[in-house]
Amino acid sequence: MRYMQRSYYAALGLVGSHEDALDLSQEAFARAFRACATIDPERPFFPWLYQIIRRLCFNHTRDTSSHRKKLEKSGAWLADTTMGRPPDSPERSLERAELREQVAEAIEKLNPREREVLVLREFEGLRYQEIADTVGIPIGTVMSRLYAARRSLARELVDAGVVERPEEPVEDPT
Amino acid sequence: MKTERLQALMMAAVDEEISAEERAELDAALAADPELRNEWEAFRRLKEMTETMTPREAPGETWDGYWEGVYRRLERGLGWVLTSIGAIVLLVWGAWTWVQEILADTELPGFVHWAILALAAGLVVVFVSVIRERLVVRKTDPYKDIVR
Repeated sequence: MRYMQRSYYAALGLVGSHEDALDLSQEAFARAFRACATIDPERPFFPWLYQIIRRLCFNHTRDTSSHRKKLEKSGAWLADTTMGRPPDSPERSLERAELREQVAEAIEKLNPREREVLVLREFEGLRYQEIADTVGIPIGTVMSRLYAARRSLARELVDAGVVERPEEPVEDPT
Repeated sequence: MKTERLQALMMAAVDEEISAEERAELDAALAADPELRNEWEAFRRLKEMTETMTPREAPGETWDGYWEGVYRRLERGLGWVLTSIGAIVLLVWGAWTWVQEILADTELPGFVHWAILALAAGLVVVFVSVIRERLVVRKTDPYKDIVR
């Protein structure tokens, strides 16, 4: 079914672990089935299902003693889109893997709501209006959350030494 | 206000959801503000990085047993509901039978009978109170749909 993979990847972006994403997306379908009487056939199904997924995922991430997360290497949920292209040199591959890991770790540190919007935009490829409809927030909030997420992410990556610290603007003496 | 507008414009530009007019507005702001330019550069570099990344593909076997996992959850949910109903009915019936036997026993002192009646009445009051509270909160709580 077309929603199966979409639900899994939506959960993966929010929790960053294969096992948890599988568990939570399956649980979301089970809950959706139990609550199927409340589905509005006039409205699209996925945003309704997504509301269940995000609640489950937010509750899950709130639980700091999440057991599986510790077993699964942090940052392991991101891969390269360059796969399938001519292979990089070993040094370049290693660099890219490190970068990916650091970006993933920085995303994991974000506030869950900011992370959600960032993941939907960057990895699900949704447009702003689609994000607003899926999450159920105004488009302005989508943009402000994206801004906050990217700003935090950029700072994290500067602190981690992944990107250079921006130069301080020089005051014009005139 | 101005800052929020520029933040939104930077996001729209990074994600290519910006109109030509908005782009001109952003370019003018960037030309005038070196700090904003730094921020814009950081967002642009970040976008370049994230564009080369995607969620890792799930192992192939994930999808084979996916629906079985969902059905198992539904089955177990039903199992728990039936188990809970059965346990509650049996417990209530057992307690009722036990209370009847105790009350029928004329050799026990009178205060034991009264204590059992008070205990039963207390449990009923607490149960009804909790149920009523839950129902009222569910109907009137404006924050019930808010996820912390």
